Amino acid sequence: MIVYDKKYDVIVVGAGHAGCEAALAAARMGCSTLMLTINLDAIALMSCNPAIGGLAKGHLVKEIDALGGEMGRNIDATGIQFRVLNTKKGPAVRASRAQADKQMYRLRMKHVMEQQDDLDLKQVEVTGVVIEGGEVVGVDTRGGVRFLGKTVILTTGTFMRGLIHIGLVNYPGGRAGDLPSIGLSDGLKDCGFDVGRLKTGTPARLDGRTIDFDRLEKQYGDENPIPFSFSTERIEQPQVPCHIAYTNPRSHDIIRSGLDRSPLYAGIIEGIGPRYCPSIEDKVVRFPEKDRHQTFIEPEGRETVEVYPSGMSTSLPIDIQWAFYRSIEGLERVEIMRPAYAIEYDYVNPIQLHASLETKLVHNLYHAGQINGTSGYEEAAAQGLMAGINAALRVQGKDPLVLGRSEAYIGVMIDDLVTLGTKEPYRMFTSRAEYRLLLREDNADLRLREKGHGIGLVKEEVYSSFLAKKELIESELVRLSKERLAPSAAGEDLLEEWGLTGMQNAISYEQLLRRPEFTCQDLSRVYPAIMDLPEQVREQLEIQIKYQGYIQRQLEQVDRSARLESTRIPDDMDYGTISGLSAEVREKLARFRPDTLGQASRIPGVTPAGITILSIALKARYGR
Amino acid sequence: MYVRDTIAAISTAVGEGGIGIVRISGPASLPIASSIFRAKSNGGLKSHRFSYGAVVNTSNGDLIDEAMVVFMKGPNSYTREDVVEIQCHGGTLVVSRILSLVLTEGARLAEPGEFTKRAFLNGRIDLVQAEAVMDVISSRTDASLALAQHQREGLLSKRIATVKDGIVYALAYVEALIDFPEDDVDVAVETDVLGKVAPALAELDALIEGFDEGRVLRDGVSVVIAGKPNVGKSSLLNTLLKEKRAIVTSVPGTTRDLIEEVVNINGLPVKLLDTAGIRESEDQVEQEGVRLSLDRIPKADLVLFVVDGSSEFGEEDAAILQAIGSKSYLVVRNKADLDVNAVLPAACSGPVVAISTLTGSGVPELRDAITNAFMHGHAIDGREFVAVSKARHRDALLKARTSLQSFVANLEAGVNMELLPVDLRDALDAVGEVTGETTADDVLDRIFSSFCIGK
Repeated sequence: MIVYDKKYDVIVVGAGHAGCEAALAAARMGCSTLMLTINLDAIALMSCNPAIGGLAKGHLVKEIDALGGEMGRNIDATGIQFRVLNTKKGPAVRASRAQADKQMYRLRMKHVMEQQDDLDLKQVEVTGVVIEGGEVVGVDTRGGVRFLGKTVILTTGTFMRGLIHIGLVNYPGGRAGDLPSIGLSDGLKDCGFDVGRLKTGTPARLDGRTIDFDRLEKQYGDENPIPFSFSTERIEQPQVPCHIAYTNPRSHDIIRSGLDRSPLYAGIIEGIGPRYCPSIEDKVVRFPEKDRHQTFIEPEGRETVEVYPSGMSTSLPIDIQWAFYRSIEGLERVEIMRPAYAIEYDYVNPIQLHASLETKLVHNLYHAGQINGTSGYEEAAAQGLMAGINAALRVQGKDPLVLGRSEAYIGVMIDDLVTLGTKEPYRMFTSRAEYRLLLREDNADLRLREKGHGIGLVKEEVYSSFLAKKELIESELVRLSKERLAPSAAGEDLLEEWGLTGMQNAISYEQLLRRPEFTCQDLSRVYPAIMDLPEQVREQLEIQIKYQGYIQRQLEQVDRSARLESTRIPDDMDYGTISGLSAEVREKLARFRPDTLGQASRIPGVTPAGITILSIALKARYGR
Repeated sequence: MYVRDTIAAISTAVGEGGIGIVRISGPASLPIASSIFRAKSNGGLKSHRFSYGAVVNTSNGDLIDEAMVVFMKGPNSYTREDVVEIQCHGGTLVVSRILSLVLTEGARLAEPGEFTKRAFLNGRIDLVQAEAVMDVISSRTDASLALAQHQREGLLSKRIATVKDGIVYALAYVEALIDFPEDDVDVAVETDVLGKVAPALAELDALIEGFDEGRVLRDGVSVVIAGKPNVGKSSLLNTLLKEKRAIVTSVPGTTRDLIEEVVNINGLPVKLLDTAGIRESEDQVEQEGVRLSLDRIPKADLVLFVVDGSSEFGEEDAAILQAIGSKSYLVVRNKADLDVNAVLPAACSGPVVAISTLTGSGVPELRDAITNAFMHGHAIDGREFVAVSKARHRDALLKARTSLQSFVANLEAGVNMELLPVDLRDALDAVGEVTGETTADDVLDRIFSSFCIGK
C-alpha cells in the first residue's frame, strides 16, 4: 500500500446523503476532512424517488437544518414542487414535502462541497478499514493507496456487496449504473461486526413523452410554498405538478402472471425488504381484495422527460414490466427508460453502536445511513450529520452530542437503532416518537439551534436572528398572559360574535387564544399590533398557547424518565456479576450492551425488576 | 429500592396450625440460625437439608423448643437470598419467642409481604405474580386460592390482551391516517374505529365490575343479620356457623353484644354479624346493642333481614326495613316449619328465602342466595371468571377506561387528529401497567398488516 502523505482528522467513506452531511459538518467544525466516493458524479444522488420530506422525514430535515446541516437549504434551492401535508390534522403532524430536480439537487450539493474549506473530495473505492489496537487509523482503497485519518465514518448506502435483481437476472452493482463495494463488509465481519442483508427496490423511470398526462389527475404544489430551512426567506422558482394514476385488475393479472419469475417469490432474494414500501407485486399478493393501487407520477426534474411512478417498484422481469406499466390508464404507450429493480446490500447491526454512532467494537469508527439498516435520504442525512459532528467532537477531545428522544426525531431514530436494532430497513414515522407533540417541524429551531451553535455549526448571524425570534416569542407570551380584555372595553357586538355575551370578568388574551378556532387574526381586533409580528412568531404563540395542556403533560412524562435516561452504564459492565438478574435479562443486557438505563428499559425482555436491580448495582458500584 | 439486610418473620398464620415457621432471608440468615440452633447430628446446616435439633436462648442456654431447620442457599430459594426456615411447635408463644431471638441476633422484622417483594426485586417473579402470591398467602378460602392461582397463570393477562387488541387497532387506524396521508387508507374513521373500541370498552367494564368480585373473594364481605328480637337471628348465625356460639334463648334481647364471625359460604369468606334485637328498650346495655346494630347496617355489604314467618309484619319490622333503606338485603322468613305464611308488605320487595333454623330447611338455598348476591350469577369457585383483585390493577383499568372514553369523545368532537393518539397511548400504557409490557412496535405491525401502505 502506498500511504497518502496527508493525514486527515475525519475520513468519510461514501458521498450520498449521509456522507455529504457528515463531511460538511466535520469540515465546518474545523476538521481536515476527506470524502471518498466510487463516483464523484453521483454526490447526493437521489437513487430512488425525486423527493425530500414527508411525514417525520420533513421533521428530520428541519432538525438537520436547525443543527446547521445542508439538506434543507439544498432542497429549498432545487425543489420544483412544495407541499405541506396534514395541514388539518394538527401542528405536530404537519410535514413538509418537496419534489426535487434530481440533477440540480446533486449538482448544488456537489458545488457546496467543493466550496467548503478543509474538505477534499476523491473518487476511489474503499476496500477496507485499517485498525490498530482496536482503533481505526485509516482506509485502504482499490487503487492501492492507504489514507490515514484519526476517525472514519462509513456511509456505504446500498453499495456493500450490492446485488441488483431484475427478474431472475442478477448482477453486482451499488446502484443501477454504479459498481458495488466489495471487500469492505468482509473486513467488518472479521472485526466481529454482525453483518446482515437487506433489500430495497425502485420503480422504472418512464419517458414522459409517452404518457397521456391530459387523462391523469393533476396534483399541484401549495400556492405559497414554504421553505424547509429556517434560513431560507422564500421559494422563488416556479412549481410543476405531479400526476395521479391507478393500476386496475388487468395490471394485477399481469403482475400475478410474472410471479413465477419474481426473485422475491422464487426465494433468490434473501434480504429483508421494507414493509412500508412494498413492491407492486407485494401489494397485489398481500391485498388481493384491492382492485386498484394509486401511483403519483413524479417529475425527475425540470430539464428531463424522465418521470418516477411512486409506489410501483418491482423486481419482476422486464417483459412483465413493459406489460404492467402499459396496463395503467394514460400509460398505454409508455416507454421504460430505466427498468425497475430490487437491490440487496449488506448492513451492520446498529446495536453494535453507541448513541454517538461510534461503533462499540472499533474506537473512532462511525457508521451512518443505510449501513445502520435505515432507509430514506432524510434518515441517512440525519445520521450522517450526527456522525460528522461526533467524529469532529472526538478529534477536538470533547464529549459527543447525543440527542434525547424528547429533543428530536433524530434522537428517537438513533435510540431506536442502537437500542433495539432493526430487522427491516428502518424508516422514521411520527408514531415512533412518544413525545410527538413536542417534536414539531415548527419548533425544530427552538429545540436545536442552540446545540448547533454550541458545537460551531450554526453561524453567528443565523444564531443571532434565531435568538431575536426566541426572545420575541417569550416576551409576547408574557404580554398575552397579562393583557386582558374587559367586558366594557370589548363592546356588546364583539362579545356576542365571540360567544362571550354576559362575560363578567376580564379575560386575558392568552385565554382568548386558547379557544380552539381563535387565531391571532381574530385577536388583532382588540390587539392590532399582533399582526406586526413575524408569521413564524405568531404561529408559535398560537401553538404554544393552544396546546399548552398537552405540551405540559408530555413535559411531565419527559421529567419522569429523565433519571433513567441520564444514568449511564459503563462500557465494561459485567452483567454476569450482578446477582438477582434473571438469565434472560442478563443475556439481553450482555447482547445489547445499552449505554444508559433508559436504553436498557426499552430492550424487549428486560423487566422492570431487572432495571431496578441494575440501577441498584450501578449505585452500589459506581455511585450513580 | 432495598438494602441487603436480613429480615425475619413468622410465616405461618398467627395462632393457627400445629407447627409454626419462622423465616429468615438475607446474608446473615445462616449465621443467625447457627447461633441459636443446636443440631442433634454433626456437621451443621447444609443447603436444602432438614436438620433436627433444639432452639436455645443464646444468652442463658435455655431450651426454647425442639425444631426442624432447613437452610436454602441463594439463589435457590424463594427470595434468591440465603433463606432459613425454623419449624417449631405451633402456638403464638413459642413462635414469637423464636422470632424475637432471631431479631436479637441481628435480623430485622420483615414488613408485610417483604419476602415476596425481595423475590420480585431479585427477578424471581414478576409484579403480577408477586401480587398474586401475596394473595395466595392471605387466601382464607378455596375460592380465593383458585382466583389467585388463575391470575398467576395469566387468565387476567389474556382478557387484558383483548382490551389491548382493541386499543392497538384504533391506534393503528389513526396512526396510519397521520403517517401516510398520501396513501389511500380508505377508512371511515368514526365507524371503523368506534367499532374496534366498543368491545375493548365493554371488556374493561366487565373487568372493572369483576374487580368488586375479586375484592370480595380476597377480603370477604360483611353481612349483617338484622331483625326484631326473638325472630331467630342468633339461631340463624349458629346454623350458618354450624356450631353454637351465640347464646340462644327465647328471652327477647338475649344477644347484647355484636357477635362477628367469619364463615365460609360456598367458598366466599363472609364476616357474619349478629346484632342485638332491634327494638325500643329500657335496658341500658341492650339499648347500646341496638344502637350498634343500627350503626352497622349502613356499613354492611348485605343485610339478612330476618322476619318471623309465623306472625304479621309489624311496626318493628317496618322500622328495620326503613333502616335498611337502599342496602341490598335478603328477606329471611324464619320459622317456615310453622307453616304459617304471613303477608309481606309491598315495600318489603327483596328476594325472599324461607328457612327453618329449627329443622334446617331452606338453609342451603339461603347460602346460595347470599353468594349469588355478590357473584352476579358467576360461578363462585373462581374458575369461571377472572376478577381483578388488586387496587393497582383496578386503578390502571379505570385509567384505561377514562382515556378510552376521552378518545371517543374527542373523536366525536372532531379535535385535531394528532391529539387522538394521546388518549389511546395513555390507555395502552395503563393496560401495560397491569401486564408490564411495552407496545411501540405492535402498532406499526398492525398498520402494515392492515393497510396497503407505500408510495
